[in-house]
Amino acid sequence: MTAGATDAFSPGKTPTFQESAKVSLADSQLRRNIGKAAKGIREKRAAAVAELPDWQELREAGRAIKERTLRHLDDYLLQLEESVQNAGGHVHWARDADEANRIIAGIAKQHDADEVVKVKSIATDETKLNEHLESEGIKAHETDLAELIIQLANETSSHILVPAIHKNRAEIREIFMRELDVKDLSDEPSDLTEVARLYLRKKFLSAKVGVSGANFGVAETGTVCVVESEGNGRMCTTLPPVLVTLMGIEKIIPTWQDFEVYMQLLPRSSTAERMNPYTSFWTGVSGEAGDGPQEFHLVLLDNGRTDVLADEVGRQALNCIRCSACLNACPVYERTGGHAYNSVYPGPIGAILTPQLVGIGKPGPDSLPYASSLCGACYEVCPVKINIPEVLIHLRGKVIRKKQSAGLTGKLHPENVAMQAMAKTFSDPSLYESAQRLARIGQWPLARSGAIHSLPGELSGWTRSRDIKPIPDQTFREWWRERRGS
Amino acid sequence: MRVALFVACFNDTLYPETGIATVKLLERLGVAVEFPEEQTCCGQMHFNTGYQREAIPLVRRFVETFSPYDAIVAPTGSCVGMVRELYPMAAKLARDEKLAEQVEALIPKVFELSEFLVKKLGVEDVGAYYPHRVTFHPTCHSLRMLGVGDAPQKLLRNVKGIDLVELPQAEECCGFGGTFAVKNAETSTAMLSDKIRHIQDTGAEVCAAGDNSCLMHIGGGLNRQQAGVKTVHLAEILASEATEEAE
Repeated sequence: MTAGATDAFSPGKTPTFQESAKVSLADSQLRRNIGKAAKGIREKRAAAVAELPDWQELREAGRAIKERTLRHLDDYLLQLEESVQNAGGHVHWARDADEANRIIAGIAKQHDADEVVKVKSIATDETKLNEHLESEGIKAHETDLAELIIQLANETSSHILVPAIHKNRAEIREIFMRELDVKDLSDEPSDLTEVARLYLRKKFLSAKVGVSGANFGVAETGTVCVVESEGNGRMCTTLPPVLVTLMGIEKIIPTWQDFEVYMQLLPRSSTAERMNPYTSFWTGVSGEAGDGPQEFHLVLLDNGRTDVLADEVGRQALNCIRCSACLNACPVYERTGGHAYNSVYPGPIGAILTPQLVGIGKPGPDSLPYASSLCGACYEVCPVKINIPEVLIHLRGKVIRKKQSAGLTGKLHPENVAMQAMAKTFSDPSLYESAQRLARIGQWPLARSGAIHSLPGELSGWTRSRDIKPIPDQTFREWWRERRGS
Repeated sequence: MRVALFVACFNDTLYPETGIATVKLLERLGVAVEFPEEQTCCGQMHFNTGYQREAIPLVRRFVETFSPYDAIVAPTGSCVGMVRELYPMAAKLARDEKLAEQVEALIPKVFELSEFLVKKLGVEDVGAYYPHRVTFHPTCHSLRMLGVGDAPQKLLRNVKGIDLVELPQAEECCGFGGTFAVKNAETSTAMLSDKIRHIQDTGAEVCAAGDNSCLMHIGGGLNRQQAGVKTVHLAEILASEATEEAE
């Protein structure tokens, strides 16, 4: 997907998952790259998780803390605001993406910055901060290796944790040679990272403003936390004199103690590590002596989150700690990759988060809850026990009810007509038995040669790759009655 | 103990042999099973596709039909999963507290076949004979929704004459997913193609599972490819006897 292309968070219409999946399923390089990566990380995660005898209790604690926090979110947010201000930071409230982008651009302009360095942040992808800054004449430099790769390739992320998972090192070598004007580069990971390191080091030293997202924000202390692997985040949060953090309002945790739970759950679930290499915490400004920013701004982002919170079943999506275990476990994601979801949040979590954040009633996002076979592998690995299949089904109900309420066009849709007819049939055993007999008679043109190779209409999708056996001469209930002699 | 069979609408219509095998198997084990004829469909297809208000009358029908029984056995993990995991959600959607109470009382009495045999009856050897090379696909809903564990494998290991081979990546979805198989036919097919490859790698002549919906999908693909592997429901293997085989 090209950077700047319309996605679920843009105003325009986006393709459905079905339409986009056709493209990515046909991409053999992508299938190979993602298939290999997902399988590898899946196996490693399972091993890392198996080391902890209390994993299930940890998951339950992770769920319970988030649930309690969301129940009192208003209180905790005000507490966070006060804590950050007491530590010398500024707090901004952003109702939506535009407001967040304007606030951040305004801070950069106050400091005459024409460039910012960025820690990997999905919240800023959601608001399309880079594009907005560009329009204001400010260049945003992504400093996470994978984010840098896709920024240079002018593409979008396809994975929550590994944005360039769809690229292999040969492809990365080509991007670096082309975009960074490097000659004689091998595709050895150490050579590739060295090129990125040399390029990024200059940016870290020159930028006046750093921009980050947040994995967690602690209400009681005002501390913001970023969990990362490469150290680029540490650079961005300590070198520039000004630091701006964009944080979704659901990223809050009440106390320091809560890290005990999440720092066990997150690294094992995301990178299959006992502990990730870099965990940065900052509380307000650094003061005179220490490293770190002299000015700190925390921008709290709603952008649809309070609407999600209002949905009793759907709100559990806000528990997400962005580990990406559900993506790696998902058999659909493994084959289609992330771009098919047309959202900065791909995979199972994206399928429940995106349509809720942007609202039901748009064809593209409305197709996402259907991008699942409901196999439950996501729920099984989720470190905070989000029942993703349950939310998918719940959202499908909302999508259909919205369509049905859209007057005659919704009611006359072939699927709706068929479903209504079947519901009526199943509601009455005698109608149901008549339908069984009718289907047996009606199928003969299709079933003359044994297996059925072609079905009409909406069902043709089935017979494109699968046969179906014809309805046999006797139903089970006919056998039962015959046997009972009635 | 009054035991009812919930055969499931697609078994009733498309796979009567599975219902017949379930009855014969249970009777062989001394369970007098009844078939309440008021039963139709559990409502899963409607509910999971989003037609949830339409599913509520089907939920009510199921609850009314089966509540009088002490145990309800179904040769499908998926429909049992619907009852156990989603009927409470349906009752909530219907804003019907009485229905919610009835559902709560019914849930502990509903069993998938292998669960009923191993966990409720405590039987692992059902006295079956099936001289074929078989691989078993555990199906997502039995595995992850119901948590049947290795109950099906325990039953299969005790079948005389069987050559049971482990399926690689067994726990991965076959790509059926109800209307997913039609709505996202391409993705579903991509998943199926890997499942079929793993089945063929085992050299088995039979792929078995506890759910004919998944088997309809897997078997549909195997048949299209003329793979020479057939799909058979677990109940039919467990119902097979030496005398029948010799005929």
